[in-house]
Amino acid sequence: MKYEEQPITVITIDELLARTTRFFQDGYRLVQIGCTKVDGKFEINYSFDKDYRFENLRIELQEGGTLPSISAVYFGAFIYENEIHDLYGISVTGMNIDFKGTLYRTTVKYPFSTDTKKEEDSCPGR
Amino acid sequence: MSRQIIIPFGPQHPVLPEPIHLDLVLEDEIVVDVIPSIGYVHRGLEKLVERREYTEYVYVAERICGICSFVHGLAYCQGVEGMMKIEVPERALYLRTIWSEYSRLHSHLLTLGLFADVLGFENLFMNAWRLREHILDDMEATTGGRVIQGSCKVGGVRRDISSEKLDQMVSGLNELEKEMKELTEVFLRDSSIKSRLCGVGILPKKEAYEYGAVGPTLRGSGWSIDARKLGYAAFSKLNFEPVVETQGDCYARCAVRAKEMFVSIDLIRQAVQKIPDGSVEVKVTGAPDGEYFTRVEQPRGELVHYLKGNGTKNLVRSRVRTPTFTNIPPLVAMLKGCELADVPVIVHSIDPCIGCAER
Amino acid sequence: MGIFEMVGTVARSVFRKPATLMYPVKTAKITPLSRGHVVIDVSRCISCRICQKKCPSQAIWVEPKEKTWQINRLRCNVCNSCVETCPVKCLTMDTHYIPPVTVRPGAELFHITYVKPPKPENTAEKKD
Repeated sequence: MKYEEQPITVITIDELLARTTRFFQDGYRLVQIGCTKVDGKFEINYSFDKDYRFENLRIELQEGGTLPSISAVYFGAFIYENEIHDLYGISVTGMNIDFKGTLYRTTVKYPFSTDTKKEEDSCPGR
Repeated sequence: MSRQIIIPFGPQHPVLPEPIHLDLVLEDEIVVDVIPSIGYVHRGLEKLVERREYTEYVYVAERICGICSFVHGLAYCQGVEGMMKIEVPERALYLRTIWSEYSRLHSHLLTLGLFADVLGFENLFMNAWRLREHILDDMEATTGGRVIQGSCKVGGVRRDISSEKLDQMVSGLNELEKEMKELTEVFLRDSSIKSRLCGVGILPKKEAYEYGAVGPTLRGSGWSIDARKLGYAAFSKLNFEPVVETQGDCYARCAVRAKEMFVSIDLIRQAVQKIPDGSVEVKVTGAPDGEYFTRVEQPRGELVHYLKGNGTKNLVRSRVRTPTFTNIPPLVAMLKGCELADVPVIVHSIDPCIGCAER
Repeated sequence: MGIFEMVGTVARSVFRKPATLMYPVKTAKITPLSRGHVVIDVSRCISCRICQKKCPSQAIWVEPKEKTWQINRLRCNVCNSCVETCPVKCLTMDTHYIPPVTVRPGAELFHITYVKPPKPENTAEKKD
């Protein structure tokens, strides 16, 4: 079984809008926007697809940074950006539908931005 | 000048199988704007990957959704194998294909049944689910579970199917095909169903692609895009064509699902003919390091798993992007301009699986 | 124009027996591979605790000093990993589900009765 090629290009925040507009005009569709927390920094992945060809853009963001929204170019991006805001606490400016933190209502605010401790569970007799 | 009123739809509603909340802005019974809101079944499963080893996380990944559980397990196993560059034996690939197509059959029968229930046609709903029982019986006889299969693992599959059992399954499917034909004839030709589905909830071709629709929602608007053509598992060795309809309304989406069931039966027949002999698993040692995206075709569309490891037994990040999550913006576009009584029909035609959408 | 599409199926279902099963009066359908609940053979368990490490929902607890093996039936999700990884194969999967309860029963306790056989005298092999 062959494993497909998945090129990842690292870019800066200023190039984001220009590159996404170029992808949009070339006919790529947005697949997902995902966020990972690595060593205190956030890595934001944008994935695009056309004719089964997969391309990725990556932005590295420090804590407290802001991200411009691409929902002016891709209408469907608002749902991913609201999720990133609700789970990680990254502020995104300029979304077309902004839920202001009410998409996921959790008791702990920004749950994914903290690391979990590894603890051993006590006797499962309860 | 007409007044606007806001009506909340959900999270508890008799037609919704899972909780989603829509705020409908109405002017005289025509929907003008929609604000969706999810988060009622958020369990934070992606965070659990830091506390479970990568071989045990399969059980968590399978339980993200109850209808499409095998495909989630398959996508996760494929992701870890892609990261660690493991070669899975051929027989295991064919068995995974057979189980995913069974998964697709039972999911489409479930959706069509619920769709008939939304329209009020309870007899059709019960008949669709009666046929689904035969498929679940076959799945339980080969994997041990009706809903959660538990047969995928990193490096292959956990159980084997003997060739007598495979031939038995194919002859069972041949009989089932006749009854499924009668069922889909009712869906596609009955005049009362057609009058409620035709022309309702139209998604034009250009918007379907740009807003990020996937699966039957996209194929019902004229695009021939199916993630099975990527050739994962054994799909590169089987012949099939994605089912496409062009009208873009609810009838087209329903027709895509009805016709895909017959394509699935054909794929299972081809796979049973071509399956080779051999072992079904390979030993896995070491820890994953690196990152990988997997894309598979769930019954509802294209599913993406992103996994990142750093050389320890626990992965760093697992991100799951489910098709229902990405079908919500097209839903917002479809609902504008429809009547209030058509809202349940349109919400069901994208096949909402909110448990998947909010892991 | 299809008006009577459903009539054939409806007429046939009048003469067929019902497709539903009167559960729990009649037993549910099971297959030989169905996963119901985990059964332990206490005379073979060597208290290695591999099943406790591999359980994904932390439902098994083994105390080697007190020689007990506990399982919390409500946490167990019958995934079959303990059965597959036990080195002496003392765990098996039975096909019947545990009946539903109204009060939390806690963990089920089993006492391990395995006795380690004495080491045989190796007078035959002596390394010089």
